Amino acid sequence: MATIPIEHAVLALIVLPLAAAILSIFAGKRGPTLALGAAAIQAAAACRIAMGLNQNGAIRYRISGWGAPLGIDLHLDGLSTIMLFLSTLVGLAIAVYATGYFAQDPAHKSGADPARAFWPLFLLASAALNALFLSGDLFNLYVTLELLTLAGVALIGLAGSVASLIAALRYLIVALVGSLFYLLGVVLTYSTYGTVDWELVRAAASPDIASRTALALFTIALMMKTALFPLHTWLPDAHSNAPAPVSALLSGVVLKASFYMALRIWFFAFPAVSSPAPAQLVGALAACAILWGSIQAVRQRRAKLMLAYSSVAQVGYLFMVFALMWGDSAHLAWQAAACLALSHACAKSAAFMSVGTIALSCGSDEIRRWKGIAARYPSAVLSFAVAGVSLMGLPPSGGFVGKWLLLNAAMTGQGIGLVAAVVGGSLLAAAYIFRVLAVAMTSGDSREAALVPAALKWPPLVLAILSILLGFIAAYPLSLLEHGAPLTGRSGP
Amino acid sequence: MNNAQIYSLCGAALFAMGLWGVVVLRHLFRKIIGFNIMGAGVFLILVAMANRTHTPQPDPVPHAMVLTGIVVAVSATALALALLRRLYHETGLATLPARGADPHGNDSD
Repeated sequence: MATIPIEHAVLALIVLPLAAAILSIFAGKRGPTLALGAAAIQAAAACRIAMGLNQNGAIRYRISGWGAPLGIDLHLDGLSTIMLFLSTLVGLAIAVYATGYFAQDPAHKSGADPARAFWPLFLLASAALNALFLSGDLFNLYVTLELLTLAGVALIGLAGSVASLIAALRYLIVALVGSLFYLLGVVLTYSTYGTVDWELVRAAASPDIASRTALALFTIALMMKTALFPLHTWLPDAHSNAPAPVSALLSGVVLKASFYMALRIWFFAFPAVSSPAPAQLVGALAACAILWGSIQAVRQRRAKLMLAYSSVAQVGYLFMVFALMWGDSAHLAWQAAACLALSHACAKSAAFMSVGTIALSCGSDEIRRWKGIAARYPSAVLSFAVAGVSLMGLPPSGGFVGKWLLLNAAMTGQGIGLVAAVVGGSLLAAAYIFRVLAVAMTSGDSREAALVPAALKWPPLVLAILSILLGFIAAYPLSLLEHGAPLTGRSGP
Repeated sequence: MNNAQIYSLCGAALFAMGLWGVVVLRHLFRKIIGFNIMGAGVFLILVAMANRTHTPQPDPVPHAMVLTGIVVAVSATALALALLRRLYHETGLATLPARGADPHGNDSD
């Protein structure tokens, strides 16, 4: 595999899913095979890129040799590699799960076929994600984020219920407003610096009023798209009313895309403009998100809604990094961001998929109806429990390492309020995870284990175990992260 | 005040008006129109920005961005309209219900 040039792997990550998306519209019954093949090749390409990164370091790939500012540059560094890893591996697991899920889905059997629309949209979302993580300029980030949003909205609508239509519309409206805020930020950036390439912007940036306004517009836009408290209200409905594979994709991967963009813009394009004061504000909102999301998650009666509110809280953990990316705590916070993003992607997708398996058979995701289901769906409950360990942040999971790094960063900086929010959020997470497990493990249901197809059983289990394993192998992604870390030569507050 | 500044201010005003429409108006069609007015505002600023070269040759990059932006806005509007039609077809409503009003929801924010 090492003989394949890294540029080909980079291009394949964008071209392949895009081509497969178009082909899968016409592929009919072969759609799932096509999508699985594309997803597997993407995961292989991401592995190739990670290997190449350790040899060559960060690269910039000028498509057709034009180069910025006129041409389109792809940028590959540690952060983008980790995000590509995340999106392709979780994407592959979701693709396998979806083949099993849609074969069982009642809507599929009754003739209305969400599966046929799922594959093109899923592949389109993969292409958009990969292109987003490879974009070297702010305008391409905008275009890819739009592609991702539109595919995401259509995927939510696949469920076909009125609730999912309403959720899709609510998401679409927030996302569209967010995208125009973002575009206005791009406009201001271009008018000030005459380029949208973020490396050129970084070289030229100075903290004048236009740049500050642009940064504010970018931040608001990405807070909307990532559903940071108090702009989170669209998320619970959108993620809980979608089909299970879609919920897993949206909560696990798509949320990370706009968070990644926020990191890029704050610490790669505008390090000269961003400053600790607004970052503290973002951190305060993040703390509110953790507490509010967790409290709401504890209160929910439906498991999918509970997981969706848990995502609101997890977005809070991610954005808390912003308040800590300054001074001595910067490097720890930077590592925490990657670790939390990776472990949440694996754990939340696994949790949504296991809940989806149970809801598919029970016909309901209301927790009180789940008495004794552990006997009936042992593998699904097991993957939920294992994923839950990472969501709570118990050692030795990846979630634990992420929270540990975050806590250390908060102790190094002066973030006692942030420490309290992280600890409080973890306790509340334990409350909502154990509440489900307590109901699921009550005895009284003497039925024997139901037959669950392998495609529904293994993907959540593998991802859940991966989210735990991350706690042991975190050193590898963290070493990748050192390629192109943003912290050299940054002045403190 | 030169032409480019007048255009930019008009664009900003359109953006604010559109945003007001999206946030305040309840009818979904009006929200979609509001989004398009916001978009028109951004595009107007982009078109005016081609003047940043201050020569007879305008900067072509903002114009290319406008084209891309319009394509995105058109597709997003089409998707929103399709969803709205489906919603109207299924429920007879063209507004979003208050949050937590659906029978399954038990969230309260």
